[in-house]
Amino acid sequence: MTTAITKYLVGIGRTVMNALWRIGIGTRFLSLILLNSGISFSRFHLTIRELFFSGVMSLIIILVAGMFVGMVLGLQGYETLKRYGSESALGSLVALSLVRELGPVLAALLFASRAGSAMTAEIGLMKVTEQISAMEMMAINPIARVVAPRFWAGVFAVPLLAAMFSVMGVFGGYLVGVVLIGVDEGSFWSQMQSNVDFQHDVLNGVFKSCVFGAVVTVIALFEGYDAPPTAEGVSGATTRTVVESSLAILILDFILTALML
Amino acid sequence: MERTTLDLWVGIFVVAGLGALVTLALKVGNLGTYNVSETYQLEAYFSNIGGLKAQASIRSSGVLVGRVSNITLDTERYEAKVTMSIDKRYQFPQDTFANILTSGLLGEQYIGLVPGGEEDFLKSGDVVKKTQSAVVLEDLIGKFLFNSSSENSEKK
Repeated sequence: MTTAITKYLVGIGRTVMNALWRIGIGTRFLSLILLNSGISFSRFHLTIRELFFSGVMSLIIILVAGMFVGMVLGLQGYETLKRYGSESALGSLVALSLVRELGPVLAALLFASRAGSAMTAEIGLMKVTEQISAMEMMAINPIARVVAPRFWAGVFAVPLLAAMFSVMGVFGGYLVGVVLIGVDEGSFWSQMQSNVDFQHDVLNGVFKSCVFGAVVTVIALFEGYDAPPTAEGVSGATTRTVVESSLAILILDFILTALML
Repeated sequence: MERTTLDLWVGIFVVAGLGALVTLALKVGNLGTYNVSETYQLEAYFSNIGGLKAQASIRSSGVLVGRVSNITLDTERYEAKVTMSIDKRYQFPQDTFANILTSGLLGEQYIGLVPGGEEDFLKSGDVVKKTQSAVVLEDLIGKFLFNSSSENSEKK
């Protein structure tokens, strides 16, 4: 009986210790990236290449998703606001929910599943095919050459993607609310402008998405770099990237919102 | 992929992203309506400010003339001290009346300035002497109930 309990406790302890170890190694990985990020600015074309693969290639999904999220917001918001006779507040409802929450969070989630998983798979596969070891053999620091440019590309790309997501969402809300349903155009824009504050709403959203971009790319890169060099190892790491970064985005979103409100 | 094509696409991406940020700031947000014009400060004491908050608007004849910059409790008079930043373009006479009003039935509260007839204008740091506090709905209902009950007892 006691041995069974001990076994159980040992299991819990091991899981917790492993999780703590991973967080610790992940943090050291982040500081290594920051220490070795000189190359990604002095040879800026490395970062530009990664910006293309993670940012530009995510553009279509971000724009289409933003448009439809905005359209749904317009439709649902109108149905609810109609009951209180305040359809004119539709503009501020759509804009505030997009700029404050939906833009940064959904753009980061889409980025994590579109670009983050690809980063993990790429780096994991580089490890499997021993490209990373080969670089070390040639005295090239793989963190500076491979990892850091991807990190900075993510940090730059996510705020820009989130802003585009929000703008497309506002446009979608405008299409449904004003063009389709016929809310007054003047009150749609003027209510929006009087209720969305540049510093409190827009800048806070941009700050949030910068943090999300850093967290998503660090998780993706760390999982790829840390993946066991087997086929299963890489596939498991890719799954973990999407799960962990989605959870991290949602939890951090709550914490950041609570801190900044 | 060729390097110039890559650079071109990233350039388009960055420009579009920055353009989206500027759109958010100007078209969606209120940066376009921020007036950078100079302001001067006025103070006013209210016995009750109701739901007035910092950054609330100050209007005269319905025109936005400034913002509430600070609200504190003056412990010498035990009244709320409201500091107002008024646009330099607008000058108000010394006997201006400051009311706390509500926009609509359930809207947010703002300060309405009703100018008086005096020749001299208020200067920066001056105190607006004539003020009217916010109407608190509970007080109003309380007064109404009290009045109607006293009327009833008089009838008896």
